[in-house]
Amino acid sequence: MSTYSVSDASAAAGQAAADVSPGWLEKLRSGGYGVGLAAAVPWLAFGASCLYWEDLGDWSRTHGLAIAAFGIAALALLGTIGADFLGSAGVALRRRAPWLVALGSFLTVWEVATAKFGWLPLPFFPPPQAILEVYTDDMPKLFDSVIASVKLQLGGYIIGAAIGFLTGVSIGWSQKVGYWVHPILRFIGPLPATAWLPFAFFTFPSSWSASTFLIALATGFPVTVLTWSGVASVPNAYYDVARTLGAKPSFLVLKVAIPAALPHVFVGLFMGLGASFAVLVVAEMIGVKAGLGWYLQWAQGWAAYANMYAALIVMSLLCSGAITLLFKTRDRLLVWQKGVVKW
Amino acid sequence: MVAAALHEAIAYPAVGAALDIEHVNHAFDIDGVVLPVLEDVSLAIEPGEFVALLGPSGCGKSTLLRLVAGLEKPRSGVLREDDIRITGPHPSRVVVFQDPTLFPWRSVWDNVALGLEAQGILKSQRQRVDAAIDLVGLSAFRKAYPHQLSGGMAQRVALARALVNDPKVLILDEPLGKLDSLTRITMQAEIVSLWQRKGFTTLLVTHDAEEALFLANRVIVLSDRPARVKADIRVDRPYPRHRGDPYLADLRRQILGLLGLDATW
Ligand SMILES: Nc1ncnc2c1ncn2[C@@H]1O[C@H](COP(=O)(O)OP(=O)(O)OP(=O)(O)O)[C@@H](O)[C@H]1O
Ligand SMILES: [Mg+2]
Repeated sequence: MSTYSVSDASAAAGQAAADVSPGWLEKLRSGGYGVGLAAAVPWLAFGASCLYWEDLGDWSRTHGLAIAAFGIAALALLGTIGADFLGSAGVALRRRAPWLVALGSFLTVWEVATAKFGWLPLPFFPPPQAILEVYTDDMPKLFDSVIASVKLQLGGYIIGAAIGFLTGVSIGWSQKVGYWVHPILRFIGPLPATAWLPFAFFTFPSSWSASTFLIALATGFPVTVLTWSGVASVPNAYYDVARTLGAKPSFLVLKVAIPAALPHVFVGLFMGLGASFAVLVVAEMIGVKAGLGWYLQWAQGWAAYANMYAALIVMSLLCSGAITLLFKTRDRLLVWQKGVVKW
Repeated sequence: MVAAALHEAIAYPAVGAALDIEHVNHAFDIDGVVLPVLEDVSLAIEPGEFVALLGPSGCGKSTLLRLVAGLEKPRSGVLREDDIRITGPHPSRVVVFQDPTLFPWRSVWDNVALGLEAQGILKSQRQRVDAAIDLVGLSAFRKAYPHQLSGGMAQRVALARALVNDPKVLILDEPLGKLDSLTRITMQAEIVSLWQRKGFTTLLVTHDAEEALFLANRVIVLSDRPARVKADIRVDRPYPRHRGDPYLADLRRQILGLLGLDATW
């Protein structure tokens, strides 16, 4: 905290006239010099606690973790001093400096509470070095699990999204198709995809194809419904314009209905992604003998809690990565929407 | 090059089409109640004529235009373009609607290109899109999206989107209704000069008697709903016309009288 007050004073002096809100808040928001220096402190503390304080248990990566922590502290220091010369990377670092403070502090507390004092019951709450150990020593298995999960998820999601999109466009466009598909959708759609698990695992030839089906189902329903509502809500005036300009029905579908419905389709894709993650993990835990869900299950079975946390962290990185990727795709395809709606 | 020019000459002769509207009746069902909108409307419009339709709000002007465009079929009666019965929309008759209705996901250029793209001839005719955009003075905004345009600019894009097809009949449904008076006056002059250069038949709906007289050869005054032809007035005045012309002022008084506004004038 003492590092704050120094920069605090200078900030207050500099902004005194204009600033109404407390100086430290402003400083924290903009992530200034002081916060950058403050970021190094918890990381140094974290590293020092690893290095100079005897562990309660026997973990082999404590030393390596300390070096990594010192490395991050050094980066934070250098980054703070050199931020002005680092261009956009410097700006990004500065913006994230408060998070570095929080993360460093959290890790220090975690380290001390588990490895040094044992305040938290040990097999269930392993220290950071135990998780690091999983990443260094169990990498091949974890890596294979990631590959298996990504393959399964990607296959099921793409199939589900494609079928959902086509179904949605068909029922939005053709009343005849809507007549037949709509009631089925109403009846089956709201059922959680996991309810199909028993059925899927004995009807499909392999647990892999069964899981693909379940993921596709979980993705397909929201994509179908939102694509359909998107196509159905296209104003008639758009069709009138296109028809008077000589558009044939195929043009009306491909160049009018679909682009106009695309914002809705993306909402469906986001919802489908969330739903399919849940199905993926359950399917891997129950039927498929591979993937991160299976790894979690396996780790829990062997009371390898560090492995479980390690897998959870990887899983959350993958899921948020997938969501980010979808956001990026949408931003690219729907540039025209910027300025039409707020997002 | 010669083939392309020939193709253009055949597909889009720079001469307007004749329109025949014979005993057309139309009505809408609103909640089971029949609402008659057009009653025995007959009009013979010659190739290249500029006809303005005037009438009270809600009398059925837009409906008549939709019938001419082929977007709807009349309950009874026949509409013909050059002696060929109108059964559906065709790019030889293009409409500029009351709202610009640009496609928000397409840039200005892509919006204007819509007709050529729909007809599958965009690849060989890209320069026509550029020409149409130049014509309405929006060359600097080719890449802009509709939400980045002002109302007047959007309406000009809608006009370019129609003109790029070299229509035989241009159908304008109050295209200038929402513009400020300055842009309006400029656009009126632009429409007249375009019409004179290209020679298409023009059907213009407007609320503004002065605008009708400034632009048209012929002004049709419609009655209250259901619309009937109340008066068919020839405007034999050379272009460019002057707003202060006493002959036009006289016609204007006459038209406003037909619309039931004589007391104010
Ligand atoms: N699709 C429709 N369904 C039912 N009624 C309609 C439909 N379109 C128009 N009408 C009715 O037909 C009448 C004429 O409408 P129209 O749009 O042709 O009027 P208008 O003369 O163009 O009016 P304005 O000058 O205000 O644009 C109105 O009373 C309207 O309620
Ligand atoms: Mg109208």
